[in-house]
This record gives sequence, C-alpha cells and structure tokens, in this order.
Amino acid sequence: MLTTYLLSVLVWLPIGGGAALLVIGDSGDARSSQAGLMRIAALVFSVLTFLLSVVLYAAFDNAATGMQFVERVSWVDSLKVFYYLGVDGLSAPLILLTTFITPLVVIAGWDSIKTRPAQYFAAFLILEGLMIGVFSALDGLLFYVFWEAMLIPMFLIIGVWGGERRVYATLKFFLYTFLGSVLMLVAFIYLYLQTGSFDLFGFMNVPLSLPVQQVIFIAFLLAFAVKVPMWPVHTWLPDAHVEAPTGGSVILAAIMLKMGGYGFVRLSLPIVPDGSAYFSGMMIALSLIAVVYIGFVALMQKDMKKLIAYSSIAHMGFVTLGMFLLWHIAAETGAGLGMTGAMVQMISHGLISGAMFLCVGVLYDRVHSRQIADYGGVANTMPVFAAFMVLFSMANAGLPGTSGFVGEFMVIIASFKANFWFAFLAASTLVLGAAYTLWMVKRVIYGEVANDNVAKLQDLNSREFVVLAVLAISVLLVGLWPAPLVDMMNTSVELLIEQVAQPKL
Amino acid sequence: MNYMDLISAAPEMTLLVLICAVLVADLFVDNEHRVYTFWLSIFALIITAGVIYATVPDGRIVLFYGSYVSDPLSQILKLAIVLFVGVSFFYARDYLRVNDLHKGEFYLLGLFGLLGMMIMTSANSLLTMYLGLETLALSLYALVAIDRNNVTAAESAMKYFVLGAIASGCLLYGISWVYGMTGSLQFHEIAAAIAADPSLNNLPLWFGLAFLIVGIAFKFGAVPFHMWLPDVYQGARTPVTLYLASAPKLAALALTLRILVDGLGGLHETWSSMIMVVAVLSLVVGNLVAIAQTNIKRMLGYSTIGHVGFILLGIFCGTGEGDASALFYTLTYVVAAAGAFGVIIVMSRRGYEAENLTDFNGLNARSPWVALMMMFLMFSMAGVPPFVGFFGKLNVISAVLASGYTGLAVLMVLASVVGAFYYLKVIWYMYFEPAEDQAVLQASTDTRVLLSLNSLSVLALGIVPGWLMALCIEILG
Repeated sequence: MLTTYLLSVLVWLPIGGGAALLVIGDSGDARSSQAGLMRIAALVFSVLTFLLSVVLYAAFDNAATGMQFVERVSWVDSLKVFYYLGVDGLSAPLILLTTFITPLVVIAGWDSIKTRPAQYFAAFLILEGLMIGVFSALDGLLFYVFWEAMLIPMFLIIGVWGGERRVYATLKFFLYTFLGSVLMLVAFIYLYLQTGSFDLFGFMNVPLSLPVQQVIFIAFLLAFAVKVPMWPVHTWLPDAHVEAPTGGSVILAAIMLKMGGYGFVRLSLPIVPDGSAYFSGMMIALSLIAVVYIGFVALMQKDMKKLIAYSSIAHMGFVTLGMFLLWHIAAETGAGLGMTGAMVQMISHGLISGAMFLCVGVLYDRVHSRQIADYGGVANTMPVFAAFMVLFSMANAGLPGTSGFVGEFMVIIASFKANFWFAFLAASTLVLGAAYTLWMVKRVIYGEVANDNVAKLQDLNSREFVVLAVLAISVLLVGLWPAPLVDMMNTSVELLIEQVAQPKL
Repeated sequence: MNYMDLISAAPEMTLLVLICAVLVADLFVDNEHRVYTFWLSIFALIITAGVIYATVPDGRIVLFYGSYVSDPLSQILKLAIVLFVGVSFFYARDYLRVNDLHKGEFYLLGLFGLLGMMIMTSANSLLTMYLGLETLALSLYALVAIDRNNVTAAESAMKYFVLGAIASGCLLYGISWVYGMTGSLQFHEIAAAIAADPSLNNLPLWFGLAFLIVGIAFKFGAVPFHMWLPDVYQGARTPVTLYLASAPKLAALALTLRILVDGLGGLHETWSSMIMVVAVLSLVVGNLVAIAQTNIKRMLGYSTIGHVGFILLGIFCGTGEGDASALFYTLTYVVAAAGAFGVIIVMSRRGYEAENLTDFNGLNARSPWVALMMMFLMFSMAGVPPFVGFFGKLNVISAVLASGYTGLAVLMVLASVVGAFYYLKVIWYMYFEPAEDQAVLQASTDTRVLLSLNSLSVLALGIVPGWLMALCIEILG
C-alpha cells in the first residue's frame, strides 16, 4: 500500500535524490549538458514529491482525531527512540506547503545559479526531505535530529550562493539557531528521563509541576522564538534573508519560519500547558511588539529584501499572537478562532513571503541590486511583472480576497474577544503593513523610469511567469475559499484546545 | 595457573611474537621495498585481531596472580585499538613514502605502542597498568621524533618526553600511596580493602588519588595538564598525530575505567569532584582556545581537549550508564578524529602540509568529494545530527542529567555551541572561500577509499547508532 509508507517516502525520496545529485556532482560548467541534467533531475524529484503529497492530501481524513499515516519502528533500542512518523491537521498543511514551494524554488534557480548547480539543487532537495521530517516526526529525538540536520543545507545555501556578507550571515544564522535548539535537547532528555522514552505523546501525558513546566517552556521558547523569529531574538533573520540566494530566502521565509510556530503547537502547548498559560501574557506582549515595532522598522528599510524580512517578522507575530490568545478568551465564544487563524496565517505567509522574495529575485537577476532607490517605474518596462508584484504586495498588506486577509482577520477578531487593546495594536498592522508594502511598491513599480537599468529591463520569461502565476492563483484561492484548508485543521485544533485546557500539574 | 590461562593472554603474546618477526624481517628490506614491512605489519594486526576475537571471554578471567584481566571491555577496546592502529598505518604509508620517511621504525614503534595499549586495557593491577603505559609512552615519544631532521618535531618530542616523564612520576607516586594505604596493587583487592575498612576513605588515600588523577588527566590531555597536547599534535608529522589522536585515547579510557571504577570505585564521591573540575575546565578551555587557532592540527588538538571533557564527564557520573556513554563517546570520537587527520594527509604532498586553516580554502572547488567527507567529520565533531557525534554527546548529557546535574548539562550544550563555531570555520574555508592552491590532490585510490569509508561511517553510525550503544551498555551498563 502506498499510503502505509507515504510519509517515509515523502521524507526520503528528496533526500535520496539530493544525495544522488551530490554523488554525481558538477562537471564544472553551469552550461554543460550535465548541469542541465541535474536541474531536470532536481525538478523531477521535487515534482514527484509534490505529487505524492497530493496523494497524502487526498487520503487525509479531515474528521479523524489522532495521527494518520502512522509509521512506528524501533530506532535506538537502548534509548527507546522510535522512528515514529504521523501527521494530523496541524502538520499536513505545512507538509503540503513544503512540497509545493520546493519545486517553485528549483524552477526559480534554473538559470540564476551559475556555480555548482548540482550541489545547489541537492541542498534544496535534502532540505525539503528534512523539513517534511520535522513536520511528521512524533518522536522527540527524531524531531530533534531533523530539526538540527536542517541547518546544514541552509548553512551551505547561504554561505556558498549568498551575497557579499554571506559568511557573516550564515554563521550568525547557524549559531543563533543552534544555540536556541540545544536547550530544547536538554528539555527533551529531561522529559525522557521522566517518561522512559522520547515519545511525544508520552511527554504530553506525563504530569509536571509548574516550576518544571516553566523551565521547559523557556527551553522550548528559545528554540522556537529564534526560528519564528520573535522580537528580540529576530536579528539573525534580516541578515540571513538579505544574503541568502533567492531560493534560500524563499525557503527560509516560507517554511523554516513555520518550524517555530509548529513547534509551539506540537510541543510547547500540549507538553507544558500550564507553563504556556503562565507565560501567555508575555508571549502576547512579545507578539504585539513584533507586530507594531517591527512594522515601523520595516517602514524605514532601503533594501527590498530587508523590508520583506522585517515584514515577515511582523506577520509571524500574528501567528504567536493567535496561539497564545487561547487563555484570554472565554471558551464558549470560540477560543479556536485565534489558533485556526494562526495556522492559516502560517500557510498564507508561506505563500506570500515566498512570492515576494521571488519578485525581488526577478529584479535582482536583472539589475543586481536590492536597493529600492535603484528602481522606479518598473511598471513601464515590466508590466506583467508589475501586476504580479502589486498583487502580492496587496496580499502582504492583508487585502480582503487574498490569503493574507484570512488569517490576520481571524486573529484580530479573536483578540477583540480577549481585550480591546490587544485588538487595537494588532489591527495597526493593517495600516502599517499597507504603509511599508505599498510605499515600496510605489517607489519601485510606479513613477517615471528612474534610470537606464530600469529602461533596459525585460519582462518576465515564461519560467518566471509560471512560478509567479502558480503562487498568485494559490494566494487568491486561499483568500477566496479558505474552507478546505480550515476544514483540514479544524479537528486537530479542537483536539489541541481540549488538551491544553487540561492542567497536567 | 595452567595452560588454559595462557589462552586468555594469547593476543598480547601473539602480537609480541609477530612484532619480533616483523622486526627481523624489516632488517632485510631495503628502502624501495619498505612496503613489505607495511604489509607484514598489517598481517600482524589481522592475526592479532583474529586472536582477540577468538578469545572474547563470557565473563571475567583474571590470571597471572591477579595482575591481568580478560573481560568483554578489554577485548572490545583491543579490537578497536587494533583497528585504529591499522587505519593509521594505511593513512601513513603514502605520506611517509612521499616524504622520504618510509622507515620500518614507524610500523614497529606503532606495533610496540599497540602492545602497550593492549596491556593497559587488560591490566588488573596498578603495576601492569604502569608497564603498559610506559611501553606506549616510550613508543610515542620516539614516533613523534621520527623525522629527526625536523626541528619542530624534535622540540615537541622533547616536550612530550619531559612532561610525560613528570606525569609518569606522579602516577607512580600515587600508586605507591594507594599501595601503602590498601596493601595491594590489584584493583579488586584495592576495592575490597576500601569496602572492608571505611576509615581508609580519608585524606592519605585521597592524597594518593589526587596524584593518580594527575596522571590520568595528563594521559588524556585534560586541562590543566594539557600543555603538551597542542604542541605535540602540531609538531609531530601528521601520520604520527593521527596515530596519537586515535588509539591511545581508547587506552586512556581503559586506564581511567580500570583505576577509578574497578579499583577506587569506593571513593567515587572524592574523585568525581576532582574529575568534574578537570572535565569542566577541559570543556571550556579546549573549546574557547580552539577558536583562536590558525593551524588546523593545533585546532584539532584543542578540540580533542574539549572532547576529553565530555568523556570525563561521562565517567564522572559514576553510573554504568555514564561509563557506557564515555565508552561510546570515545569510540565514535576516535573515528572522526582519524578521519579528520586523514583528510590533512590526503591534502598534503611532497614537502607540503595542509596545516593551516587557509590551506583548506576552496577545497570544494578542488575536490568536492574530499570536502564533503571533511564536512561530515566536522559536523560529527560539532555534535550536529544526523552524525554520530551527536549521539555521543546525547548519551553523555543524558547520563549527567540522570545523575541530577542539570547545570552541568546546560554547560555542556553551551560548550558544544561554542565548539560548533570553529568546526564551521573549517567548512567556511572549504566551501565559501575561493581556492588559492589549484593543485590536484595526489592521494592514491586506496587512501581515498579509506577516507570515504571513514567519513561515511560517521554518517552510517549516526543513522544506526543503536547496536553500538547497546554493546557499550552490555559491557559497562
């Protein structure tokens, strides 16, 4: 049966493909037929993975409580570690997002990667498999192995194919996230010593005293807050985004940031519910700071990638806000709204931020500048591109009808139920988001043709058109008809809320 | 004692006979055909390994009036030691030939060192331990100085010898105190004496214990007795460093386990605090100082000190789980260390050593495969999953947490983050910098195959670590 081992295939197919690409290697010339073959192989592997994930979607049962597609084999006997995979409504959409974005990234890097294309595509394929692994692991140690291993390909992607200050950016990225994660490992080992295995459900069921829960929450928080990233541990992100190649930025923004949010719902909330409740006020405050303060920071950026990076931090603030509002809303008024909004926001941000970085990549490939000041009047020479960029910017600003609206709106409604001032501050993003995004669009896209570089611009080629069109359709689809996505999550969100409501002191 | 007893000691006896045979045979081999000595030595290693494998006992066999022990721990360590001596011979062969150092002495001293290490792992008395240790140490001093025209090698050999002699003196002094207080040199009798008379657990015995710990710390290269280690790692020719960095670590582990656990287990409370100080200092100093190094051999030397901190922290717990984690850590660390020095050997050529970190610039452009292998080794040492170094660290941290030292566990993970930086630096030079030196790597095919196997094994062991962990727990848990 295909579905029995579907998750394993999803994890190992891209990793195997990437390893094969690494072993075959580059012939030295990016124009050679071998390099062309490598590109095609990478595309085949990533598209195949996507098609398999469509099978996952088709076979996924929205109504089922508990994990689906479960695989459980003993891995390390002496530590009671299991190779334990499974998905529910929280992780399945994120796996779909991963498999959806990766082929687009492969296509986006088709010609723009001149040095060592085989290694480049291999890194992305291996990364894809590891990310799917993170989203499907149900054993703490397995989760940690995927979580950390993921840093290796991203470290190389930024360091080898990145911009001028790539070494600084990638070392900062690696050490920051590594530092955040190691304390999570200590927490895992502590929980292992309490429960006798690394099973996440064992972790969820073991009673823990409040002080212990608080410490474990902080250990998890460091790991996830760095990934999300939350203010004030966000400083690696603008550097990493700016220096990463386009594909790297897309994967970072679209998927790797979601790891943090996913970590909160998969680990923090169910394992230490009382610790989470204790710190929920602080988490809401940090989220609101991210939304408002980082929004202002984004406003002042001169570099397009940096602007989008900061806007990512602000948008991810909604994710953490939606999750931790749970304790501040009366249960009967629909506490799930904030949580569902947070989950939808993760998917939507994955699509929009990915698309925004791809748009910047399109411009960068032509002009080799990310500075807003180097552009102006792009709409005159690249009308098709301008249409896409305006659409994605509108989505980024949360325009109704686009996916950006759905999640943010749900979270804002939820925060109204909790406290007027939470909602007031959260809703300021509608102004700030519109301000920084549309101001950038005005300066880059509209106006007179600013200089010779812009005058010489060629509009999108068919490859770029396909990538952006696919993303545009999905942004609109999620915006206009979010029901399939929400239905997929609903059962699991309700289950999670029930679970969190049970104190486990 | 009867004839059957001798069978348990057959590995050492077989090896000694074979060494004598190689020694004589080498006399009749001229420089062009020195490779015969190499193959004879490998042959001797294979025979020895076969004998060790054939004599693995079910339980614990003590012979020669209680001075020699054969148990699963000793046999496993011996097998691993033989393996790594063989690996270092393989890496060394081409390097020595190309650099006009291909002398029979290298292999012979290596084999004598091996004999010393095997005696150490099987020692059941302080005197046997000391004899094994000195056999090893004398071989190592001579090995470091094998390139006698090289000033730095001679200097580091001198330093190693003088400091090593002081450490041996400390050890011997400690041995005499323990003997004086307990009335025996044999580990099980010492343990029995301490158990029988609690008043022994007092200052005079602690005084002797302190000297034993100095000796152990010196042999491991733990701070503050680490001064020799970076100099010797840097000064010795790379194959010698490889030899030094791999198998003797296993012998040092045996030394520690035999003396502290088998013999002085009753004093755990006392020695654990001493070991903790030494281990924490090693962890911090080793990892911090490694950051500042520009010579990769020296950097790996300091990184070894950091790893020794981890190994000692496993022993510090005083639990079977802790000892097993130290054994697992040492076995897997040695694999990575052998590979890392192997890469340096593969990159060198006649009259040229890839000694500086900048010599690794752009290795990915020159040889993507070797760069990939080195990357695996570096990530393994840094403790990043899925490589086996991660599981080594995981086991030790788990043992430390199980003993209730949460603060120590946090310190350990923070030290590995600091450590990650300098391993990443190697990867940075290999992958992110352009190549300055365009020369093609000259290593022979079999060396490359060995290197690939060596590096891929850190990945393979990381993906299936279960059997080795189970083995370590079976032996010590």
